[in-house]
Amino acid sequence: MPDRAVPVLDVKGLKTVFRTRGGEIHAVNDVSFHLGKGELLGVVGESGSGKSVSMMSLIGLLPSPPADVRGGSVMLNGRDLLKISEDELRSVRGAKVGFVFQDPMTSLNPVFTLGNQIMEPLIKHMKMPKKAAEARAIELLELVGIPDAKNRLSAYPHQFSGGMRQRVMIAIALACDPDVLIADEPTTALDVTIQAQILELVKELRQKLGMAIIWITHDLGVIAGIADRVMVMYGGQVVEQAPVRELFANPQHPYTRALLKTIPAISGPREARLKVIEGQPPIMTAAPTACPFRDRCEYRFDTCDRVNPPRRAVDGAPVGQGHDVACHWSAPALAALSEVAHA
Amino acid sequence: MLTFTLRRLLLAIPTLLAISLVIFLLVDLAPGSPMSEIPLTVPPDVRQRMIEALGADQPVIVRYVLWLRQFFWVEPATLFDGWFGTTWAEGEQRILSWQSRSPVFTIIGQRLPQTLTVIGTAYLVGILIALPIGIYSAYRQYSLFDQGGTLFAMIGFSVPTFFSGTLFIIIFAVWLGWFPTKYDTQLVVNDWDSFIKQIQQMALPVMTLGLANAAAISRYMRSSMLDNMGMDYVRTARAKGLSERTVVLKHVLRNSLIPVVTVIALGIPAIFGGAIITENLFGVNGIGAALIGAIHANDIPMVQTLAFIFAVLIVLFNLIADVLYGLLDPRIRYD
Repeated sequence: MPDRAVPVLDVKGLKTVFRTRGGEIHAVNDVSFHLGKGELLGVVGESGSGKSVSMMSLIGLLPSPPADVRGGSVMLNGRDLLKISEDELRSVRGAKVGFVFQDPMTSLNPVFTLGNQIMEPLIKHMKMPKKAAEARAIELLELVGIPDAKNRLSAYPHQFSGGMRQRVMIAIALACDPDVLIADEPTTALDVTIQAQILELVKELRQKLGMAIIWITHDLGVIAGIADRVMVMYGGQVVEQAPVRELFANPQHPYTRALLKTIPAISGPREARLKVIEGQPPIMTAAPTACPFRDRCEYRFDTCDRVNPPRRAVDGAPVGQGHDVACHWSAPALAALSEVAHA
Repeated sequence: MLTFTLRRLLLAIPTLLAISLVIFLLVDLAPGSPMSEIPLTVPPDVRQRMIEALGADQPVIVRYVLWLRQFFWVEPATLFDGWFGTTWAEGEQRILSWQSRSPVFTIIGQRLPQTLTVIGTAYLVGILIALPIGIYSAYRQYSLFDQGGTLFAMIGFSVPTFFSGTLFIIIFAVWLGWFPTKYDTQLVVNDWDSFIKQIQQMALPVMTLGLANAAAISRYMRSSMLDNMGMDYVRTARAKGLSERTVVLKHVLRNSLIPVVTVIALGIPAIFGGAIITENLFGVNGIGAALIGAIHANDIPMVQTLAFIFAVLIVLFNLIADVLYGLLDPRIRYD
């Protein structure tokens, strides 16, 4: 196993704001995390929690305007991606950081051959001549488990199924041997059996290539299967962060606890099987001054309305290293409260 | 693709036959007589003999079948004879204009080059102006450039050519004196000076029509680009680290061109149809002018033949547009 103590990616205080006609939307608020070599970080949260926007902010993938990355630092191998020029950033995108998107049906350009699309980053970043790029493209297709790769180079995306296209997307993301692979809900648009295949593929590729992965999802089941560490996001900020076993065994934040309860149970009475979190996630029109989860939180008290809780360590390790949470309550207090509530 | 094209070509035959019948009957049913331009002093019996000589007294079905035979056999054979010196069409009666008594196709042969040079150039210029405007307007949506492009398109759309043409004549021909007001159809281009002269006299009609063409096409291009700019594959292209140039001019443009190319192809028959108003305004003695003249003189064979040629061109370019669509978009394969 590679040395996880050395972070490949170190993000501090990331802030992203969308400027719209109706005012500003603070989509990402002070997000900090790091990613060790070969580590798989799962990022969980419901739609609109800022997962994708945070990750796209890292490498300038958000259209600007309206997006505006306001602050923080994104250190990739010692270089701050928020301070370098657009040209330099382009040489990072696709080369050092690979991206796999949610919907493989629309993420590939329909009018170019798959070979063309896989070879593009190779020719651009690695200055490969066409022949070498072609050989590498075949190698990549074989790597992601596409049979008869040589003949598939001249195929068009519409000739491939969703699962196959997602494999091609992964091949493109891996083309230049990136240090970090960001997978933005890569299995959400696929049916369950294909989802399992893609998960297996990613696990296998991780073993083989040793790159670090950020896996964005709203599926806790997927996270439990592959992640080393999990970051839970809500209202554009990190509300809890812990190693995967720790998070599932000892969830701290009321949101995390509620999320875990929403995993449908196979047994038990019908009515009780599917739990929901009532309400909607907030739309942040200003930088938060109170806990973003307070409106949906059953443990809300006066401090929640006045102070946005900072992240604090749960297990004594420094914030970001071990288990941390952003909530005014501590877990024992919550447990006591819920016993009172359910008594 | 080949079978598709062949099948469509075969299907075009009954379509065109039906169109030809409709055109023939419609034009024939219209009131008027081929003698309407003959002076009233000509006595009725002479008129009657003139009508008989033209064959205009025959029943409509006889004239229709004769015309079909002339259009599909005699005229192509004559053309063939002209090229290869054969004698296929010797002694055959060609389609004659009632007005000038000369073969309709000879007149078309004289008029078409004028129309194609002026209006074809205007179309080409229109496309060349429209594509960059459309592309850049979409890339910088709501920018000053885009607003300017929108204004340009609105003017091009809404100002009729008889107004813009006259305005151009006043500004560029009368005030500035850069270009002539009239198009000289007798000009023969055989050296540099006459070539410059030709360019100068083409400038105003080309500007007038080019403006109108560019307006429409730039809007198509812009909206097609906008449709594609927000697609997921564009984000993928950016995530690969490709330059904006490659992202826009390769990934987005290639997809956006598909509908625009078909629109452009479908507009080509209109070039052959001429631009009646603009031709009149600048004195371009083209097809449009010929058609108007023929309608005025009740020159039925000329009107029928021209109308049918436009129908053939429209059917043909529809087919070409479909084939282009299939070539440009790999998702569409007709076989």
